[in-house]
Amino acid sequence: MIFAVASGKGGTGKTTVTASLATVWDAPLVAVDLDVEEPNLHLFLQPCIDGRETAHLTVPVVDKAKCTHCGACSDLCQFSAITVMGQLILTFPEMCHGCGGCFAVCPEKALSPGRRELGEITWGRAGRVDFLSGRLRVGEAMSPPLMRRVKASLEQRLAAQGGDAVIDAPPGVSCPAVTAVLDSDVILLVTEPTPFGFYDFQLAWEAFRTLGKPLGAVVNRAGLGHDAVYGFCREKELPILAEIPYDRAIAEAYARGRIIAGISPGLQETFVSLLGKMRDLARQSPPRKAAHA
Amino acid sequence: MTRIAVTSEGPSLDDRVDPRFGRAAGFLVVDLETMDIQYIDNGQSQVMAQGAGIKAAQLVARAGVSCLLTGYVGPKAFQALAAVGIKVGQNLEGLTVRQAMERYKSGLVEMASGANQAGR
Repeated sequence: MIFAVASGKGGTGKTTVTASLATVWDAPLVAVDLDVEEPNLHLFLQPCIDGRETAHLTVPVVDKAKCTHCGACSDLCQFSAITVMGQLILTFPEMCHGCGGCFAVCPEKALSPGRRELGEITWGRAGRVDFLSGRLRVGEAMSPPLMRRVKASLEQRLAAQGGDAVIDAPPGVSCPAVTAVLDSDVILLVTEPTPFGFYDFQLAWEAFRTLGKPLGAVVNRAGLGHDAVYGFCREKELPILAEIPYDRAIAEAYARGRIIAGISPGLQETFVSLLGKMRDLARQSPPRKAAHA
Repeated sequence: MTRIAVTSEGPSLDDRVDPRFGRAAGFLVVDLETMDIQYIDNGQSQVMAQGAGIKAAQLVARAGVSCLLTGYVGPKAFQALAAVGIKVGQNLEGLTVRQAMERYKSGLVEMASGANQAGR
């Protein structure tokens, strides 16, 4: 089973929850950092890195001797990554989404595969947990292509060794966040009961509920702000699976890079209980089919 | 060549120069000898997530102009315009299309050597 930890608003506690869950998990687990623009799960899990590889996207390279400037590629490309202007053909590799459409429509077979570096995938072990993470190349504008590579690596690992995965997703509700949760069985939404947290929580609920996966909420910094999130969850029948108190000791532990499930028996119990409820939700999850973000 | 394109907020010479190139409302193509004008609508650029500047360069290149007058041009659009030999006059926002054109005809518009807007 794959559990995605998402949020809407950033800074609500996705990584805090993911790292704590990893320490109480009751089965083989891959902990995955899919927040490739600013990965930070490693700061808490402190894995020993076993390997790393550079990920690339296939982009078109034009053989100018073969190109007749027919414009088929240019008409197809929605991102102007390949553009015919009169008797000239230009490519903008950084605009390419890697769909491969231009290769398919070129009648002259004038395109050959080139590549654009997306970033790096690293893996290793943190205690008994497998660790997997992506890190976007500085300057790369699109994170979903690298995220898909990390997810492919995750699928291979799960197929080979079984077990579960917990995904630390990027914030927001746009393509990167959707890409992170798309292949999961259960989506956990971590929120905080502040006006900003609540607003983005509603956006996340709207965006993710259409995916037809069981959703559960975790209220972090409970006791802060107001109670609108509780009313919303009741109204939408969105179960609140755990509450993490607004507490100075938690903030201090986090600031030192500690995993908060380890700082008190009460918090340990919070995450054990959360995991149990996530497993209950997973039983309601429809069978996963191959999906493409 | 005497045809130029000016980014325009509307179809007449008295409309304002649209400061944006890629996402301009449209382009007024003016033949400076005959003063024939032709308006090319660029409304579809508003729905493009990316690549609007390059598509716009394609549009004005097809119109057969030798010069573009506008406000700001990004690096990719500039590269595309330069590739087909279209000169670019920038920072003309705030004028009407007619004023920009007159300024160009008097030789007061300096042709740019590079983009004046960061890419997105």
